[in-house]
Amino acid sequence: MTEKHDIVIVGGGPAGLAAAVAAYDAGVTDVVIIDREEAPGGVLRQCIHNGFGLHKLGRELTGPEYAAVYAAEAVKRGIRILRETMVTAVSPDREVTACSREGILKIEAGAVILAMGCRERSRGALNIGGTRPAGIFSAGTAQRLINCEGYMVGKKAVILGSGDIGLIMARRLTLEGAKVEAVCELMSYSGGLTRNIVQCLEDFDIPLYLSTTVKEIHGRDRLTGVTVVAVDESRRPVPGTERYIECDTLLLSCGLIPENELSLAAGIPLDTITGGALVDERRETEIPGIFACGNVLQVHDLVDYVSDEAELAGRSAAAFVRGEISQEKTVTVSAEKGIRYCLPQRVHTDAGKTELYMRVAAPAERVKIVARDGERVLLEANRRRVAPGEMEKITLTPEMISGAEEIRVSLEAWK
Amino acid sequence: MKKELVCIVCPMGCRIRVDGIGDALTVTGQTCRRGEEYAIAECTAPTRTVTSTLHLEDGRSVAVKTAAPIPKEKIFELMAIIRAATAKAPVRIGQVLIPGIFGTDIVATAAVD
Ligand code: SF4
Repeated sequence: MTEKHDIVIVGGGPAGLAAAVAAYDAGVTDVVIIDREEAPGGVLRQCIHNGFGLHKLGRELTGPEYAAVYAAEAVKRGIRILRETMVTAVSPDREVTACSREGILKIEAGAVILAMGCRERSRGALNIGGTRPAGIFSAGTAQRLINCEGYMVGKKAVILGSGDIGLIMARRLTLEGAKVEAVCELMSYSGGLTRNIVQCLEDFDIPLYLSTTVKEIHGRDRLTGVTVVAVDESRRPVPGTERYIECDTLLLSCGLIPENELSLAAGIPLDTITGGALVDERRETEIPGIFACGNVLQVHDLVDYVSDEAELAGRSAAAFVRGEISQEKTVTVSAEKGIRYCLPQRVHTDAGKTELYMRVAAPAERVKIVARDGERVLLEANRRRVAPGEMEKITLTPEMISGAEEIRVSLEAWK
Repeated sequence: MKKELVCIVCPMGCRIRVDGIGDALTVTGQTCRRGEEYAIAECTAPTRTVTSTLHLEDGRSVAVKTAAPIPKEKIFELMAIIRAATAKAPVRIGQVLIPGIFGTDIVATAAVD
């Protein structure tokens, strides 16, 4: 069976929902969202903690509440959401193949928006030595088991990785009666938001060991403990610093990877740093008519920015369907000293006001983000503190972009 | 009293120091008034919004939160009450599931059919 739709969105999480609503409001009403779960909302359905929506909606919501706001907007507009349906392929000429219990569905799409989100780095990808007992979970899996399936994962836990999910789960396990012995972080700083360090660890006296990792896993059927070890500046274990911590549960919160198998199979070039597609200021990938937004494009710190980015992608896809395409050339945006990546990676010279999103390479104080065209300074933005865990953004005006040959962004001392 | 804390009201993350006793607290290091209010509240009467899940009679569960922040030292008492309670599906978002507890209500944050 082949259908035809103006816009097909792959993924019904916060990005997919916001993109659909924005595309509809931009005048393209034939929008279909395809989602593999039984209900839209994506990972937000298991993020029952609060702190979502402060920037975007002006109030503090839990994950399910934030998702419900956008799902309701989509439903109000009559946007079709195909549930329990898995997209298995997207072709470069925008034919989307999906399968569900009803069989295989093919859709010829006017534009495609990729909003598949990301997944967690697994034990296999971390190369931790030792046995292979039960009791080792990625933090997000434990979150889903506890919050959605109603299973408690263990009684005594160690958490490796101090990203936000790890911190949130340290509190969640504690509230449900488990003892969290420690959170270990390989880096010399936490990748999580300050508010999570305060409210998830300090509130419950959970120790955070920086520059520390798990060296060995012990136990045969069930985890019995882990050996942790301090690491030096080049992240190599320091001999003699090993310590055994008894525990029955190890949660891994060691980074998120954009889920781009579909994009790769479609031949969409990816950025080696973000793990997401290379895009222009409208979030169009290097294949015309295929857009990307949310955590499949770059891992965000706040869902509010996911919604912003998705709305931009939704409006852009609507413009593409209407045939409004820029004929101007693009200039590259590159991340230099102190900046890990900068997105979008290219900008049309006729772009309007353009926000550049970026992550810094390491925590710093009293710095400025500088955007240059060659040697000419376009913009300087002072920051009192920056940290890799928090996304930074600067806004370029059309005047700055129109004459530029290249845009280079770096982090410099503020004097 | 002497306490150092990181302000979490906005991403600036100012490091704030609170000195003094009783009502005579001096706050230094903040950049704005909200930081001062946060620091004083943290040192005198810290509060937290608590989120968790609550059992439904049919074996499923529903996500819940306190409708307003409660005193921080009551968190575990509140968790014991949530754990002992059950509710009946269907539940809509915002529905009060446990009323009048530490000056607020426990409300559903997700809908269950
Ligand atoms: S003191 Fe003000 S500026 Fe500083 S972190 Fe708190 S709210 Fe932000």
